[in-house]
Amino acid sequence: MALSDKDRIFTNLYGLQDWRLPAARKRGQWDGTKALIEKGRDWIIEEVKNSGLRGRGGAGFPTGLKWSFMPKQPGDRPHYLVVNADESEPGTCKDRDILRHDPHTLIEGCLIAGVAMGAHAGYIYVRGEYYNEHLVLQAAIDEAYAAGLLGPNACGAGWDFDLYVHRGAGAYICGEETALIESLEGKKGMPRLKPPFPAAVGLYGCPSTVNNVETIAVVPTILRRGAPWFAGFGRPKNSGTKIFCIQGHVNKPCNVEEEMSIPLRELIEKHAGGVRGGWDNLLAVIPGGSSTPMIPKAVCDDVLMDFDALREHKTGLGTAGVIVMDKSTDLIKAIARLSTFYKHESCGQCTPCREGMGWVKRMMDRMVEGRAEVTEIDVLEQVTRQIEGHTICALADGGVWPVQGLIRHFRPMMEERIAAYKAGKAAPMALAAE
Amino acid sequence: MDAELSTATEIPQPESFSFDEESLKAIDVIVKRYPPGRQASAVIPLLYVVQRQMRRSTGSAWVPNKGMDAVAERLGMAPIRVYEVATFYFMFNMKPIGRHHLQVCATTPCWLRGSDEVSRACRDAGKLGGWGQTSEDGMFTLSEVECLGGCVNAPILQVDDDYYEDMDYESTVKLIEALRRGERPAPGSVIGRQTSAPEGGPQTLLDVPGE
Amino acid sequence: MAKVTVDGIEVEVPNGVSVLQACEAAGKEIPRFCYHERLSVAGNCRMCLVEVEKAPKPIASCAYPVADGMKVFTDSPMVRNGRRGVMEFLLINHPLDCPICDQGGECDLQDQAVAFGGDASRYREEKRAVKDKYLGPLVKTIMNRCIQCTRCVRFATEVAGVPELGATNRGENMEIGTYVEKALTTELSGNLIDICPVGALTSRPYAYVSRPWELRKTDSVDVLDATGTNIRVDARAGEVLRILPRTNDDVNEEWMADRGRFAFDGLKRRRLDRPWVRQGGKLKPAGWAEAFTAIAAGIKGRKIGAVAGELAEAEATVALRDLMAALGSNHLECRTDGAAIDASRRDFYTFNTGIAGIEEADALLIIGSNPRLEAPVINARIRKRVATGGIPVGFIGPRGLNLTYAQDWLGEGGATLSALVGGQHRFNEVLRAAKRPMLILGRGALARPDGAAVLAAAWQVAAQNGMLQTHWHGFNLLHQFGGQVAPLDLGFTTGIPAHVEALWLLGAEVPAAVPEGAFVVYQGHHGEAGAARADVILPGAAYTEKDATWVNTEGRVQRGRLAVYPPGEAREDWKILRAASEVLGLRLPYDSLDGVRARLAEVNPVFGGPGFAAHGCTDLAGPAGDAGGVAEAVFASSIHNYWQADVISRASATMAECARTYLPQAAE
Repeated sequence: MALSDKDRIFTNLYGLQDWRLPAARKRGQWDGTKALIEKGRDWIIEEVKNSGLRGRGGAGFPTGLKWSFMPKQPGDRPHYLVVNADESEPGTCKDRDILRHDPHTLIEGCLIAGVAMGAHAGYIYVRGEYYNEHLVLQAAIDEAYAAGLLGPNACGAGWDFDLYVHRGAGAYICGEETALIESLEGKKGMPRLKPPFPAAVGLYGCPSTVNNVETIAVVPTILRRGAPWFAGFGRPKNSGTKIFCIQGHVNKPCNVEEEMSIPLRELIEKHAGGVRGGWDNLLAVIPGGSSTPMIPKAVCDDVLMDFDALREHKTGLGTAGVIVMDKSTDLIKAIARLSTFYKHESCGQCTPCREGMGWVKRMMDRMVEGRAEVTEIDVLEQVTRQIEGHTICALADGGVWPVQGLIRHFRPMMEERIAAYKAGKAAPMALAAE
Repeated sequence: MDAELSTATEIPQPESFSFDEESLKAIDVIVKRYPPGRQASAVIPLLYVVQRQMRRSTGSAWVPNKGMDAVAERLGMAPIRVYEVATFYFMFNMKPIGRHHLQVCATTPCWLRGSDEVSRACRDAGKLGGWGQTSEDGMFTLSEVECLGGCVNAPILQVDDDYYEDMDYESTVKLIEALRRGERPAPGSVIGRQTSAPEGGPQTLLDVPGE
Repeated sequence: MAKVTVDGIEVEVPNGVSVLQACEAAGKEIPRFCYHERLSVAGNCRMCLVEVEKAPKPIASCAYPVADGMKVFTDSPMVRNGRRGVMEFLLINHPLDCPICDQGGECDLQDQAVAFGGDASRYREEKRAVKDKYLGPLVKTIMNRCIQCTRCVRFATEVAGVPELGATNRGENMEIGTYVEKALTTELSGNLIDICPVGALTSRPYAYVSRPWELRKTDSVDVLDATGTNIRVDARAGEVLRILPRTNDDVNEEWMADRGRFAFDGLKRRRLDRPWVRQGGKLKPAGWAEAFTAIAAGIKGRKIGAVAGELAEAEATVALRDLMAALGSNHLECRTDGAAIDASRRDFYTFNTGIAGIEEADALLIIGSNPRLEAPVINARIRKRVATGGIPVGFIGPRGLNLTYAQDWLGEGGATLSALVGGQHRFNEVLRAAKRPMLILGRGALARPDGAAVLAAAWQVAAQNGMLQTHWHGFNLLHQFGGQVAPLDLGFTTGIPAHVEALWLLGAEVPAAVPEGAFVVYQGHHGEAGAARADVILPGAAYTEKDATWVNTEGRVQRGRLAVYPPGEAREDWKILRAASEVLGLRLPYDSLDGVRARLAEVNPVFGGPGFAAHGCTDLAGPAGDAGGVAEAVFASSIHNYWQADVISRASATMAECARTYLPQAAE
């Protein structure tokens, strides 16, 4: 059971065809958009709910439900759609392909989502490093305006809709929806306290909804082919198709759109040429981007790639960035480098994250060398617990989970490293003075 | 790559900055994207305008203090709010850099695929001492950057605005030598992959409507 | 209202308040660093975490709104773990240099570490080093101690209205500062020291001067501007070492202006600490008896007058008045700046709306005043009103002043005022549309030849634009010093005739019109021109050196208390006058503080009460003066050099440094 090409939404994922409007139309985009819009806001939201679509940016929140949080009747404040194209979760590069190869799917989705949430304006926040991608997206938007698909009376469906591209400038935290809003308002990307939630007080203090690129981009196809079609893929509550980014120690790293709930092993072997050196050479996989704890080979053997199956193994689907590590991997270093990442990307607002991520990073660096005491593995674990759940946003949680995953599954490896260091260097390590 | 500088005063700064014709044109377009009274939204785009103008006029893409002041004035913001933004986001260079900015992604997905070799090649071929350094000839500045979001094409070396993908030691050396000669090889996979498709050609999307 | 249960205690609190406030209502103290009730909520320190029933994670109580039926736990294992963790994180990079830290003993971090911290550190990495920042002559920084709570950033931006402080860089590299080095351009910078919960921002002049437990603390009132800021004077061994604000929501909230806070080193310099008597044209040191004898001889048979200066307290003023009466003189003056104040009614010369009343105003007109320099704390109150209520502020005076809030510049001089009197100005519409409009008239606007006309015109604007209502009094005169109102209350407005032959100056400069040969007694603590001209100098006490009554610009009667004794031979001023009266054979009928104060209340009943209460205006009749006589001239504030505006600050080395920093063109 694998997804067939006729059921793939992102038919130009690899850029084999032109991204421009005429080619996009031939692939079926912008087909009957006017009619979809005319079915009205409630129908759109209902279809999205029925499709079972859950947010593709990592958290997996039901999209239709999220849209329904927007005020039903517009008040004196405008509504905004904000699209999160700040794709920065290590291991994730799916939105990049949508932006550069299938921008019209996204743009069409923005218009439909705008109608569904009563927004007449949308901003697509593209990570700053995606410079060339943002040029393509902007050009596609310009085309759409020229064709009357955006702007006043967009698509002739009686809804005015403006769409803008806004570039970030290198800050992972802006992938957090309220940090993204802050950044879009011209401030540092520091997550806001919630409540209030963006649906009540979002961009410019107005009702806003922030959605991931992939989430928005699948909506037009869902509406065209019907909610049951989309819901027919994957297990219940985990429905649909999904772009997976398979990388690391595989023979042929790639992006691929597959059915949800596909077994991890099948995903890797069918699309990415298998694990380097064969399946038995597998050590561990980070299944859903850097924030999701790793799973050892034993789990990888039969785990399904969906929200619930991965949660059962104390990890998550996240962004579906599958980072494969074979037996040659220094796992401690792999995770230590992620600790460096989170320390670097902490916005610095909350005490536990600002101070704690640096502490974790430095301890992890010593663990890589083995320059530590065995009891410090416990200190490290406790410090991650002190960070987790004590901050405004989830960056810190995502930052400590990989470390917890390492300790959970590979503590003996860390102890061995410490023992080896001690054996190699007889002198006891000096205790740093306070 | 930790910030080495805590205050701006430690860097020789140009005495003035004013937007040139090209920048002014760009600013007009940018500011219109945001609702009236929300011009502060344009602070990141305008900082890019400053950085690009500096590259045009000096060959070094960076953001001097006077440039930030010019952004603050144009957008009606307190200068400190612009300083905060400029130092928060990693892509603004708060000190001069070389003609080409070699940005090696060293986060785990790239590291697993050999980013250490890419950075070693940068140091060797670019004659660079280490992270944050600029070569003596002013050609290159080497930075360690965090995940660039091109992980299935790891490792990635970003040169200025362009991603060079599926790199290794040799291809990095070749690229740097080409840059030194004033050439600009086409960005993308250096091993001839079709973007994010698996090496050897796509296994899916072989049967889709379209062209 | 919402019913909230905190650790089993049920409280009812208004909807929308924070969980932290609900906890406080239940008597539970919640530790915090970033939260400050007068600043916006940042919610970043994470110290105030509490557990809420059914919530999977602890919540930041400072930022979370209450909900009806909410059950809060402030001492559960989840809460204790959370606090202990945050405390540990705050300390790992903190230098723990408490033994040499000026914040030691009054440090939130220290106190909360005792309450919630561990007994040993598990941190074995190197501590972060952060460069210290220059913020000006008053605030010293030791940035290793900073815990990034951002209170200072929010204070500068929100209260002081000078968005110059920020947090640059990110993550653990985040640093507080101005980024491009500069001295903060605010007259409220000392408050940064108070709100900093750790020793990152401390007082530069107070650096390494004392430990807080060595200080004797005396409640008093600041007099270096007319706000009447409530203060605490901290002294050791007879020396004032620092001055801090006390909270009084009606007056200064918890803020204080820099001159009042930092000028006290002027109390030790250039002091008159013994009597002097002029002999053979030269001032010579003398004893008290000698000085009094000289006065008796000098004023005998001469027509005498008395002048109270800008720092005169009520007790000495009334004693001087009584002494003059005993000498048969009714020549009394206190308007040393020449302000054409009409003291026939108290609401002609006070700030009737009240400082707290500013927060109820919905339109403001400022005439000839720069409140930022004349009364920084009152200006902060105006800013607060503008920031929260967005009220229109019309301004007549020099163009382009940065008052820290948006103002509608109407014009710079008398013509604009006249237009408003005429009722045809566009701002008349704004005022008439308002429900509680107010105006602030600067005292400087009255210190000009057409002062009486300006006063009358301003009153007329108030009367004709709805500022004078039975329950709202929107006419306000803004004084500049703490001793300017009490003498008005005590009738020091009869004036000094040109042919006066003797003058008793109570901390006042010589009126220009005094004839050459007049005999001058100067009583005061700092000798400037008045003392140089004097025939006898009587060393008085400064405001920190006496139990005294002060009246602020609102007319509020407040008591200051002796914190240190006056230096050398100097004495409390009413006692000097009492002693002089004895020598002159005109003994004043009181010899105790209570006696003088009883006399004060007898002369003017306001001294028997608080002096100020919210009031309206029923008598629209205005002060004497022809509103039509306003000249075209520009209204300029009479305070140009904020840092050196009075005798004490002019003697202060700290203030001299501020003047050099902020007014390089004015210094030297």
